[in-house]
Amino acid sequence: MAEIVDAKGLSCPEPVLLTLEAIKRLDKGEIEILVDTDTSKENVSRAASSMGWSIVDIITEGSGYRIKIKKE
Amino acid sequence: MDALKNFFATRKGIIFVGLIIGILAPILQKLGNPPNMGICVACMERDIAGALGFHRASVVQYLRPEIIGFVLGAFLSAISLKEFRPRGGSAPFIRFILGVFAMIGALVFLGCPWRTLLRLAGGDGNAIFGLLGLAFGIWIGTRFLKAGYSLGRTQLSQSKAMGLGFPLLMFGLLILLLIDPKPEGEARGMLLFYSLKGPGSQHAPLFISLAVGLIIGILAQRSRFCTMGAFRDLILFKQGHLFSGVAALFLAAIITNLILGQFNPGFEKQPISHSMQLWNFLGMSLAGLAFTLAGGCPGRQLFMAGEGDGDAAIFATGMIVGAAVAHNFGLASSPAGIGPNGAIATAIGLIVCVIIGFTMRRR
Repeated sequence: MAEIVDAKGLSCPEPVLLTLEAIKRLDKGEIEILVDTDTSKENVSRAASSMGWSIVDIITEGSGYRIKIKKE
Repeated sequence: MDALKNFFATRKGIIFVGLIIGILAPILQKLGNPPNMGICVACMERDIAGALGFHRASVVQYLRPEIIGFVLGAFLSAISLKEFRPRGGSAPFIRFILGVFAMIGALVFLGCPWRTLLRLAGGDGNAIFGLLGLAFGIWIGTRFLKAGYSLGRTQLSQSKAMGLGFPLLMFGLLILLLIDPKPEGEARGMLLFYSLKGPGSQHAPLFISLAVGLIIGILAQRSRFCTMGAFRDLILFKQGHLFSGVAALFLAAIITNLILGQFNPGFEKQPISHSMQLWNFLGMSLAGLAFTLAGGCPGRQLFMAGEGDGDAAIFATGMIVGAAVAHNFGLASSPAGIGPNGAIATAIGLIVCVIIGFTMRRR
């Protein structure tokens, strides 16, 4: 079961901060981050990649995105 | 279209945007904009406040088309790439207050982060203290962010109309500017105020200013260019993505200034600046902190407002009101130094921002 980070509606840089907190907490596994702007989608993806997590999928959901990231 | 979309999200993309802004700003100066002020979001919003008569500082009154272009360029870009999202409701009044004090801090220094870089690129050494203050203010902001600072979630609006408000206001101002030009030798059109001398009287041709504003609005919306975010991300995440755009702007502006003969290094008699370094530092500390707490530099706030972000529109409105307050009550600096009430206003601003930082929490 993936950890879910709901960052919808939050200003920069909170979506990235929440994602990095989850990454620190889990160390490895799967995380799904919910965002609602393209800016947040790009920022979260960039931050996750820089931490060595891979972007598994980005699904358009309503007017936002569900970003699935993973680290073995 | 997707390939283009991705390009601007890359390191090369943000550097490209920084280079273009760094070249265009000194060219605007060459074509008539005030010295080291090819682009200054704070100064230009201040001039707009003057053009509308919100303050009556006679030397800074002009409805700057660059600002209109920033918002409308970002709006057109967001609409055409389906990124237009009407939203709002994340502590709007706090954002308004942050906008007011961001402007007051910027006018104590005499420039926003964009002009800080452009002043430095024009050789103005006083801007070093502004840049240090900016970085310090942003650093304080990142401490609050680390401790859980948040203005809360914004709500997506069901109605497109909400996000159209600010772009339509800008469009209305553009129409006003076109039908109410400056009468020869007079400081007042039908409605708008104009400057006969001083920075407000110096401007590039209207359509060039507007075109450059539109181009930058489009590019910055695509790339999420943000001068405050550049320092914030570097301090908070050691991530240099946005910073590389700002560095590119700075380098391009120096080179363009050298080519155009606009590079004059020194501390004394620099255009539209003063040498009270403590207040250059503290003014920009206040501005940097306010931008960080509001989630974007003044340019970025305009681009987000163009994307339909009502909270960013409120911040920008706060900045215009802040300009009126700053000039009506002697807070704004001049080449002679800080205004009679500039010091106390900076202190009050810093206290208010710190209180906001401590009290607005996610948990």
